[in-house]
Amino acid sequence: MDNFTVGIVVFPGSNCDRDVSWALEGCLDIRTKYLWHESSDLSDVDAIVIPGGFSYGDYLRCGAIARFSPLINALDEFVKSGKRVLGICNGFQILTESGFLPGALVANKNLNFICDDVELDIVSSKGGWFNNLDEKQTIKLPIAHGEGRYHCDSDTLKKLVDNELIALRYKNNPNGSSFDIAGITNEKGNVLGLMPHPERACDEIIGGTDGLFTLKSLIMK
Amino acid sequence: MDQFAVKVFVRLRPSVLDPAGEATKSASIKLGAEGIKSLRIGKMIEVKIEGNGENEVREKIDLLCDRLFANTVIEDYEYSLEKL
Repeated sequence: MDNFTVGIVVFPGSNCDRDVSWALEGCLDIRTKYLWHESSDLSDVDAIVIPGGFSYGDYLRCGAIARFSPLINALDEFVKSGKRVLGICNGFQILTESGFLPGALVANKNLNFICDDVELDIVSSKGGWFNNLDEKQTIKLPIAHGEGRYHCDSDTLKKLVDNELIALRYKNNPNGSSFDIAGITNEKGNVLGLMPHPERACDEIIGGTDGLFTLKSLIMK
Repeated sequence: MDQFAVKVFVRLRPSVLDPAGEATKSASIKLGAEGIKSLRIGKMIEVKIEGNGENEVREKIDLLCDRLFANTVIEDYEYSLEKL
């Protein structure tokens, strides 16, 4: 895994790109490379993180403009090849806007920007993004979002449940998400989108290490 | 080429909760307005666009609405079109 490189997408307005790089390089010794959104060359990265932030100032809708970047256009082939893509917060919003994941993320029910630690149940091990081998099936990760209320129609929700695509559910739903959903995968399991920030939970000194497993799983084949 | 002024209205689908609308409704009642049964907030997008006739322009606007202006998972859209 010496040469394994994780690409971190940078949009105008991304603000968690350096956090993700710090967590991967500093805590896990995984090589990273920033990918400017106008690039469509993904040939030298083995996995991709779309980090949090406010791409294009959240204009129109969160993730709506980012969806049309050359990099997101190139992502289709990358995903089809089975390589892993992790969308965190704004990255999750971009993945739903661009159709890689179903549903949408809308304004929190209480209209507050919520910045807090939340308890999450690991629901599915699809894609191996979370450690569900331990007896403890609950992790604690920080959230920081104003538009993180997951919404989908009832047919989509049934499909998510039936195909075990719901990765994480909030123990105490903070934002009004349908079915307490905090993170979902695609059917193949190689794309994960979640509102909580695993990169902010990678060192005891900043409050916990429950995010390490998910970031480390980027190097899974 | 004909030029058209288009007004696109994007609204949250009725099944999607609109907390901003609910907050504004609550403020409206505090202002003293009576009888408000429902209040929902949408967006209006104004576009000036050229094309060969109304049909061609409608095709372009349909594409824009469906792919960009609205996210049809959560929003509906409609538009009016006026030849300039």
